[in-house]
Amino acid sequence: MNFLTWGRNPWGQQVLTHVSWDLLWASLFAGLMFLVAHGSYMILSYRKRSSSETDALEAANKDLPTMITRHSFMARVFHWVQAAAMFTLLFTAFLPIVGVKFAWVQYHWIAGLVLTGSIIYHIIHASFFLDFWSIWVGPKDIPELRAELLRELGHEVPGPKAGKYPLAHRLYHVAIVVVGLASVITGILMMSRVRTPIFPRNPYLFSDVTWGFTYVLHGFAGVALIGLVIAHIYFAVRPEKWWITKSMIVGWVSRREYLEHHDPARWNVRRGKAQPAGRM
Amino acid sequence: MAVIRDMMPMFELFQPANVADAVSLLDRHGSEAWVLAGGMDTFDWLKDRTKRPNVVVDLSQIKELRGIKESGGGLEIGAMTPLTEVTRHPLVRERFGLLMEAARVVASPQIRNQGTLGGNISQDTRCWYYRSGWSCYRAGGNICYADTPTAINREHAILGADRCVAVSPSDTAPALIALDAHLVIRNARGERVVAAEDYFVGPALDITRMTALRPGDLLTAIRIPATWAGAQFYFEKVRDRNVWDFPLVNVAAAMKFSGPTIQGIRLAVGAVAAQPLRLTRVEAAVTGKPRNAETAELAGQLAIDGAVPLRYNGYKVPLMRNLVKRAIRGEQAATT
Repeated sequence: MNFLTWGRNPWGQQVLTHVSWDLLWASLFAGLMFLVAHGSYMILSYRKRSSSETDALEAANKDLPTMITRHSFMARVFHWVQAAAMFTLLFTAFLPIVGVKFAWVQYHWIAGLVLTGSIIYHIIHASFFLDFWSIWVGPKDIPELRAELLRELGHEVPGPKAGKYPLAHRLYHVAIVVVGLASVITGILMMSRVRTPIFPRNPYLFSDVTWGFTYVLHGFAGVALIGLVIAHIYFAVRPEKWWITKSMIVGWVSRREYLEHHDPARWNVRRGKAQPAGRM
Repeated sequence: MAVIRDMMPMFELFQPANVADAVSLLDRHGSEAWVLAGGMDTFDWLKDRTKRPNVVVDLSQIKELRGIKESGGGLEIGAMTPLTEVTRHPLVRERFGLLMEAARVVASPQIRNQGTLGGNISQDTRCWYYRSGWSCYRAGGNICYADTPTAINREHAILGADRCVAVSPSDTAPALIALDAHLVIRNARGERVVAAEDYFVGPALDITRMTALRPGDLLTAIRIPATWAGAQFYFEKVRDRNVWDFPLVNVAAAMKFSGPTIQGIRLAVGAVAAQPLRLTRVEAAVTGKPRNAETAELAGQLAIDGAVPLRYNGYKVPLMRNLVKRAIRGEQAATT
């Protein structure tokens, strides 16, 4: 299997042109294998945690509202706009490669611009109107990582629960930030090579070598997104994760879900009750 | 850049005697195989080492792919029928003079003797950046060298460009579209018939191919229905050298009249886009109108709507407009 494809420019130089589309199948295969492996593990080994601990917590926190806002309306709009743009980008990018031929370029860059706009909105929204650091990971999360791994291995661990976002969410967010920004930035640059009403066409913006790296980076990001999106959808539809997916649709989690999955000290909704829903 | 040599490169040569064997070979070797018809386009590609197939399937021994026969008032022309035979066949001359006119101006007599109708419509583009072996979009790369500020693009596209600005160089293709021809394609899974206008593929749909042929496919025949037999035809080709050359622009029209009124028309142009374009908007606009200068002017203006010239091919816009006007007026080389 090749990872890269090369070409020759008019000056006789060997230049990078793309990633090998074999990687598309590799990413698809890796995503599906992860899905099968995780699904099998969950069927064979998953132990639902005892409900007595949550019962006790719920009894002790009857002052909390029954519905706790997890995602504001605008945060949900961002998520679903981004999802629609991402699906459009992936389908328009890869369906022609697997043999479904259609005029894809215009749909692709339009979806790319929608995604870019939604990301810019998200950065501003998260920086100034949300708890910016709640989604990032750092050394402080090592105890949670250790506890999560031990729980996955079947141990009863009283260790720390998540803040607003579970550790897996935050790790996924880091991955999608890296891959998503790589694809968006390279994609915006690549728009100067096609005819659009947005940018004047300038194929000589960079040298052939730089363009080669730009295309390769865009390609790597694209195929990586296939695996990441498969994993995301898989976890979104898993029964034990459905409460999170539901919150991205309706915006709230129940008091019991909040107490079962979150550490009130790390995601303090009592303090948040005094704040507008958008800050939750 | 392409390496130009006199000697052919190494490849495995097959010369099947019938279509079934040819299809079987193409199925077995897939994208590794190259279909050789008359060789007029093939030998450049192979000698220049720009295309390097491992297997060449030579169709010259397949008799069933040659010849012209009547079929329901129309014609069925074998894909391997030489262009000269097309121009001389009495049924083509009598009923479909448009195809005769188009085939008659393809290249030179020697090339028409060797070149085939199937090969003429399936040939690759003449864009020299692409044919030089550089990694442009059409060759699987990430740039169109012909659509850069310093490119030599006098012969390139003014319509339908999508990253690639190469054009279809075929003269017979617009004529077959105007005649509503259908092309018969065989592969290991069976046979399919596609309309001529769908046979040609633009870069928006597939930037690496000019036709609907995929690995394993074999074009076996061209069917021309009786629908436009004996209609009024018009074909005109403008080229740099009248002795023999590829078109700068060509136009083909088939028209039926009710008195002075255009009752029906099919109109196609070549060498202005990556595929020969059927001008359906023009057809709709002129149908029911009298054949006069006013209608021709309307047709010419509509034809060039949306044209985007490159640095050196702006002349193609008025050229195309005027050829369409002449086709509607029926001056010059109108044939019946």
